[in-house]
Amino acid sequence: MSLISKLKGLLGIGAKPANEEPKPAKSGQVGASEQEVEKVAEENAKPRIGYIHLSGCTGDIMSLSENYDILAELLTNMVDIVYGQTLADVWEMPEMDLALVEGSVCLQDEHSLHELMEVREKAAMVCAYGSCSATGCFTRYSRGGQQARPDHESFVPIADLIKVDCAIPGCPPSPEIIAKTVVALINGDMDYLQPMIDLAGMTEGCGCDLQKYVVNQALCIGCGTCAMACQTRAVSMTNGRPEVNGDRCVKCGICYVQCPRSWFPEEQIKKDLGL
Amino acid sequence: MVLGTYKEIVSARATDKQIQKVSQDGGIVTGLLAFALEEKIIEGAVVAGPTDEFWKPEPMVAMSADEIIAAAGTKYTFSPNVMMLKKAVRQYGIEKLGTVAIPCQTMGIRKMQSYPFGVRFLADKIKLLIGIYCMENFPYASLETFISEKMGVSMEMVEKMDIGKGKFWVYTQDEVLSIPLKETHGYEQSGCNVCLDYVAELGDVSTGSVGSPDGWSTVITRTDGGDSIFKQAVEAGAFETKDIANVKPGLDLLQKLSAQKKEKNQKTIDKRKEMGLPVPF
Ligand SMILES: Cc1cc2nc3c(=O)[nH]c(=O)nc-3n(C[C@H](O)[C@H](O)[C@H](O)COP(=O)(O)OP(=O)(O)OC[C@H]3O[C@@H](n4cnc5c(N)ncnc54)[C@H](O)[C@@H]3O)c2cc1C
Ligand code: SF4
Ligand code: SF4
Ligand code: SF4
Repeated sequence: MSLISKLKGLLGIGAKPANEEPKPAKSGQVGASEQEVEKVAEENAKPRIGYIHLSGCTGDIMSLSENYDILAELLTNMVDIVYGQTLADVWEMPEMDLALVEGSVCLQDEHSLHELMEVREKAAMVCAYGSCSATGCFTRYSRGGQQARPDHESFVPIADLIKVDCAIPGCPPSPEIIAKTVVALINGDMDYLQPMIDLAGMTEGCGCDLQKYVVNQALCIGCGTCAMACQTRAVSMTNGRPEVNGDRCVKCGICYVQCPRSWFPEEQIKKDLGL
Repeated sequence: MVLGTYKEIVSARATDKQIQKVSQDGGIVTGLLAFALEEKIIEGAVVAGPTDEFWKPEPMVAMSADEIIAAAGTKYTFSPNVMMLKKAVRQYGIEKLGTVAIPCQTMGIRKMQSYPFGVRFLADKIKLLIGIYCMENFPYASLETFISEKMGVSMEMVEKMDIGKGKFWVYTQDEVLSIPLKETHGYEQSGCNVCLDYVAELGDVSTGSVGSPDGWSTVITRTDGGDSIFKQAVEAGAFETKDIANVKPGLDLLQKLSAQKKEKNQKTIDKRKEMGLPVPF
């Protein structure tokens, strides 16, 4: 199966390729082995990747660029960055195999709406990249009435308007998850990517998810992973249960995404540990 | 496999007399963290440290052997150790971190390492994860209920708590009291009832009392890293070991308890699914 058709296979949401051989354990490493990368390069045309910047703070692309030391080879030789304000000097949006969309979309901004629709047409696969794009994140609090555009009031996750194939939440996503995802994409490791495909359906996030979907469901075990993961330190632990400071919560959804009682990737973990 | 994937299982205890004195069982957790610290395999460790309230622990970053020793002993209530890992790296500047975790905490840590969506520069800093066996854990108020109310001992009098031989044990300065586990049932947190991991199947090294004689621990080495650190510690004389085949009650009991936990909690999982309630496993 070529890389491109594997990418396109992602379009069938939730559909795991049934006859795929499992990949051998890679014991927790971030990068793919040199031979693997070379082999992928020989076999496949380079995937064309675009970066679309809507209403986000640029933190997501900064996190991506922090990977340059790990992924330099990959990003420069294995993929073609064909579109992106800061990445390519191109005005006309080209056809793409994968589009990373940063930021939510403003319903009062014609230009953003148009760009989002165009991305869906031009990209085989659309990834909601970062929590603003995936869950709305802190743009959920927007109420308009501010300069320079007081009319820009309503911001929604991109999946409210277009079909999204996968999501990488995070405020911003860590450099490591980006590295792992790119390597998995290059390897066509669908097992690793499955959670990102599933997360495309999660268009709301909030600290209160912990209470509603974990504590209320008799699942919380007081491990503290949510408090560790929260990027704004909104979660503390009281009597072994998470307590969320709503004033600090940016609605990124990360606490629930990292909780071991929301979903649990046991096979992947064992593979990563060599167990 | 009912005990998870492993490299080796032995019975062991720490040789250090001070560690033997304060530890719950064979002092494997305290001994191995202290050894790793001394050998600079880790620069610090997150443990369940003491607080002003008796038997109510709080996660703590230990930077010295003394601090690790001060946290020895099992507390049968929540210590959300995972929450301190990031602090240990960010605020204490620890680049190589060790920790102790019950199986469900181990799951939170391992999930973060495989899928670090919003967690940057932490996954690769965890160099030693010691898992401890666990059948269940209790809210603090539950402990108070069966220790203060049922057994009539106030918390500050308690010197040690233990679960074994079908009973919950409380040691005071001059008394040993126990109640059958039947009487503690229903006081555990309900999240435990869907837990299928007894022997910390995702630890680098896992340990608990079951299988070994009093004062000794059953040690399971799992990952390459965990196996190598434990072997170094044995070689350096930090631990003495016995062949698990030659000790009583031995592996059979450990296998039996692990299988029972899986079977019982699988039923709860199935029942939840029937009711349409979410289950992560
Ligand atoms: C809730 C609970 C249930 C357990 N159930 C079983 C069981 O069914 N069968 C069995 O064989 N063993 C069980 N254990 C493990 C056992 O009680 C010992 O902790 C283990 O054998 C380690 O003993 P040690 O002498 O090597 O450790 P020690 O040297 O005494 O060190 C113990 C370490 O555990 C940490 N710790 C203590 N309490 C907690 C806590 N609540 N959460 C996280 N870390 C903690 C301490 O910080 C310390 O570092 C349980 C432990 C806990 C916390
Ligand atoms: S509590 Fe923290 S991690 Fe959870 S949604 Fe709010 S900001 Fe994000
Ligand atoms: S991460 Fe742990 S403490 Fe937080 S909600 Fe989930 S189970 Fe509870
Ligand atoms: S039984 Fe499982 S869920 Fe409950 S405290 Fe122990 S490891 Fe955690």
